[in-house]
Amino acid sequence: MKAKHQRLVLALVALVGVAGAGVLAASALRDEAAYFRTPVEVQGGKAAVGEAMRLGGMVAKGSIKRQSDGLTIRFVATDGKASVPVEYTGIVPDLFGEESGMVADGRMRADGTFVADRILAKHDERYMPPQMVEMPKNMKAPAV
Amino acid sequence: MHAYANPTRFLAIARPLTPWLLGLGVLLVLAGAWAGLTQVPGDYKQGETARILYVHVPAAWLGMGGWTSLAFAGLIQLVWRHPLSGIAARAIAVPGMLFTALCLATGSIWGKPTWGTWWEWDGRMTSMLVLLFLYAGFIALTNGEDGQRQGGSLSRGAAIYALVGAINIPIINRSVVWWNSLHQGPSITLRGSSIDNALLWPLGLTLLGFSLLFGAIVLMRMRRIIADNRVAARLRRLADEED
Repeated sequence: MKAKHQRLVLALVALVGVAGAGVLAASALRDEAAYFRTPVEVQGGKAAVGEAMRLGGMVAKGSIKRQSDGLTIRFVATDGKASVPVEYTGIVPDLFGEESGMVADGRMRADGTFVADRILAKHDERYMPPQMVEMPKNMKAPAV
Repeated sequence: MHAYANPTRFLAIARPLTPWLLGLGVLLVLAGAWAGLTQVPGDYKQGETARILYVHVPAAWLGMGGWTSLAFAGLIQLVWRHPLSGIAARAIAVPGMLFTALCLATGSIWGKPTWGTWWEWDGRMTSMLVLLFLYAGFIALTNGEDGQRQGGSLSRGAAIYALVGAINIPIINRSVVWWNSLHQGPSITLRGSSIDNALLWPLGLTLLGFSLLFGAIVLMRMRRIIADNRVAARLRRLADEED
């Protein structure tokens, strides 16, 4: 075996080893590196009351209710399988709205409501001109 | 392939190719910017801010593509020891880092009006920032070595660094699939595009344009490194003759 081939085999073996280590590390991080938890995970007991966490989900249709103080809103975050009621006092991003994604920083309250300190809007991967808004019914639902 | 690993043959091709890549690249980027800013409608939801994708997406692809080619150059350096591979890796690092920084900056500018935040530590953003630091480390490592004395080739350490750093590329690509993240999922996949054609076509222009510009910058930097090496070699010969 020529020295060149030896080096090639060595480099490829090392590369496979490093890639394997990377994949193992990434899959071990699967839960830890998640940016937010979904309503299913929250209801499955992954959120202790009072623990700081992020909740991500779609804002359920017709669920946004503005409270009488004019600043507090309540809505329902859903992932299609489970729903969590959310309460937030403050200004939401322009893109926050019903049937679109959002991520909230906050804590679970003992009554099962998620109290948010901050809300971010999540955009999905669809881009289209305004006159096409009526069309997405035949497209797949945006993943959250 | 061995034929082009010779610096003289490389220069004979690179010299006439550079102005073509540069000129065509600038033209396509300008055409894409004009089309993206004036000829297509805004997005149904984001409005005008969506137009930043015509810079953001090419910058992201070139930042990642840059490291992929840098890792290939490292592998060729390590196994075949071609004289041009180290020069190519050095030449790629700076524009690669530049486009990665451009991707992070445009993403941040878009994130504020869309998400409501300049920066969040989600999987996509964090892994892209790691890529920026990898580039910075590679540039520091190769500048610290005396490249001219080795004819521009990489040390074994730098070549291995380039290869190991490549593990971050699939992580960036999959970060929005493996982990739930603030960044949206992939719009353009092998199965098609969820960006409507009415908004998509200027992206083709800027993508090709920025890629040609990237190529032109790499060729210019490679020629410069080769010229530097020749000057250094000539000065060494002169110094030897005086002894």
